[in-house]
Amino acid sequence: MATGERKERFAGVSDRPVKRFYGPDDIAGFDYERDLGDPGEYPFTRGVHPTMYRGKLWTMRQFAGFGTAEETNARFRYLLEQGQTGLSTAFDMPTLLGYDSDHPYANGEVGKLGVAIDSLRDFEILFEGIPLDKVSTSMTINPPASIMLAMYLVVAERQGVSWDQVSGTIQNDILKDYIAQKTYIYPPGPSMRLITDVMAFCARNVPRWNTISISGYHIREAGATAAQELAFTLADGMAYVEAGIKAGLDVDEFAPRLSFFFDVHNDFFEEIAKFRAARRIWARVMRDRYGAKNPRSWMLRTHAQTAGVSLTAQQPENNIVRVTLQALAAVLGGTQSLHTNSYDEALALPSEEAVRIALRTQQIIAEESGVANVVDPLAGSYYVEHLTNKLEEEAYEIFAKIEALGGVVAAIEKGWFQQQIADSAYRFQRRVMNGDYRVVGVNAYADPDEKPTTNILKVNPEVQRRQIERVRQVRQERDQKAAAAALAELRRASQTSENLMPYIIACVRNYCTVGEICGMWREVWGEYREESVY
Amino acid sequence: MEAVSTRKIRVLVAKLGLDAHDRGAKVVARAYRDAGFEVIYTGLYQRPEAVAAAAIQEDVDVVAISSLAGAHGVLIPQLIQLLREQGADDILILAGGIIPEDEVPALLEAGVSRVFGPGSDLDEIIEYTKVNVKR
Repeated sequence: MATGERKERFAGVSDRPVKRFYGPDDIAGFDYERDLGDPGEYPFTRGVHPTMYRGKLWTMRQFAGFGTAEETNARFRYLLEQGQTGLSTAFDMPTLLGYDSDHPYANGEVGKLGVAIDSLRDFEILFEGIPLDKVSTSMTINPPASIMLAMYLVVAERQGVSWDQVSGTIQNDILKDYIAQKTYIYPPGPSMRLITDVMAFCARNVPRWNTISISGYHIREAGATAAQELAFTLADGMAYVEAGIKAGLDVDEFAPRLSFFFDVHNDFFEEIAKFRAARRIWARVMRDRYGAKNPRSWMLRTHAQTAGVSLTAQQPENNIVRVTLQALAAVLGGTQSLHTNSYDEALALPSEEAVRIALRTQQIIAEESGVANVVDPLAGSYYVEHLTNKLEEEAYEIFAKIEALGGVVAAIEKGWFQQQIADSAYRFQRRVMNGDYRVVGVNAYADPDEKPTTNILKVNPEVQRRQIERVRQVRQERDQKAAAAALAELRRASQTSENLMPYIIACVRNYCTVGEICGMWREVWGEYREESVY
Repeated sequence: MEAVSTRKIRVLVAKLGLDAHDRGAKVVARAYRDAGFEVIYTGLYQRPEAVAAAAIQEDVDVVAISSLAGAHGVLIPQLIQLLREQGADDILILAGGIIPEDEVPALLEAGVSRVFGPGSDLDEIIEYTKVNVKR
């Protein structure tokens, strides 16, 4: 019984009990060479590069997109002027789900949660004046990911930038969509085929492109604990590796271009440990289970985003502090790229002022705090090493459960991941309600007289009309015969096992729309439907 | 002793349109279930027509709509209009999620009884539903 302590039981966001202090017994059997290794050395617990941020700071990559391509292009340029070092594109819901802006389902949703993209015309505007050989771009989209990549490649070409010079990432992670984010379109079979086609195409033609960003972010945001996020994400990663091998690729041909994406939540040390455990597990699995020979295949490189779900609509300025702590954890965890959330994101998409503060937060950590001067400064901390071990152990227990269920796809089809996440989300909400987990400004230190924040970004209601006009004009002005022929060729190839990327690129070049391509695939492959669990 | 109806309150928790953010909807659905309500959850990607039809067919007392993608201003009034046209205007309509404060009056005008913002207390949602249910 803890006497003289504030509570009987101490636990963070994930509700794992925490002891008063940690010592040598908590890391019994710890072996430096086996468990850590120097930075840049297998198993990369201490980071994927020997010099880390002494060599190059992480990429500061704010997720941005709203309205039409013009508005988002302006936001991109603003962020680059403010010292951002990479771009990250948010698409609206119709684009994510493969509907053109004039589809009846898109009504009310055009440009709301991201930029509306219907055809290459929008992409030309989106990247106008942005040199694609100098900036790397991340695109958060899944079923239509191959179409966005195709558009990016055609825009690069028109800027005179060859495909081997462009760099960036498409999320392209369908498994986490079935598990958590739910922006799936097609059943698992054809969805996985689109992904392996991109992996094969890029390995040969776009060597600097990250073909998939295996994402824990949405898994965590949907309610998973840190250990669930870690384990589900790495299990998805292994499923992609197996799919690539099954598609006839050599593991070292595509594995170096796999990247990851993690959430950074409030529990500072647990989050740091999560990144370290992720790198160690991935290195071991890639080398020992999949026999990868190239050290680059063993390295887990990651983008990180501070936890949107942790932000509060109440006293929103407090979010600046939350984001700072989360960003610091991501940096101490050794991320390669980081998005810091804007303080107004529990209310709307970020305003220009809020996104500037969020970017400045990263710049202050990088330039002023001194934490970027030393690699993995927390190594050897009893608590951090214990947590790293603990998270690795918990991940392996979860891998065993997934395997017993028949693998990732079978576990998705049984609703297992979805139920686990819903359970965790509900447990957490209960803890907030009974005061076991305190949220400043919400269930602690709340201000009963608080006035609602009104200074938030509003998407111009004209956007939908303008976007509909544009897509109709594109369909009118293009070479109809060429567009129809390209789409017919893609349809034919989609019924074979040919690599689809060259056909997608031909469609894009001829201004076939996202809705036309995705709609054709809906006809050929059908749509996925899930049984909702809660 | 006063006669008390033993019929459980029936709630339809709905996601409208293309908004796939379902964490809040599921947490609220589960809280209603734990509190003894009869709960039907629509799942994602529901058209207003489908939600109206489900509400009428399932004879629900409450429709609770979760919106985090900004289409509430278009889709919720459409749903309420459809319910009215089909004579189901005695259903209590609640909305929750990320709905900017200045868009709330228009929703109340359209027939939403109350909008619960982010960070709302589950017990308060349940209490409000019990007190305000119309049938």
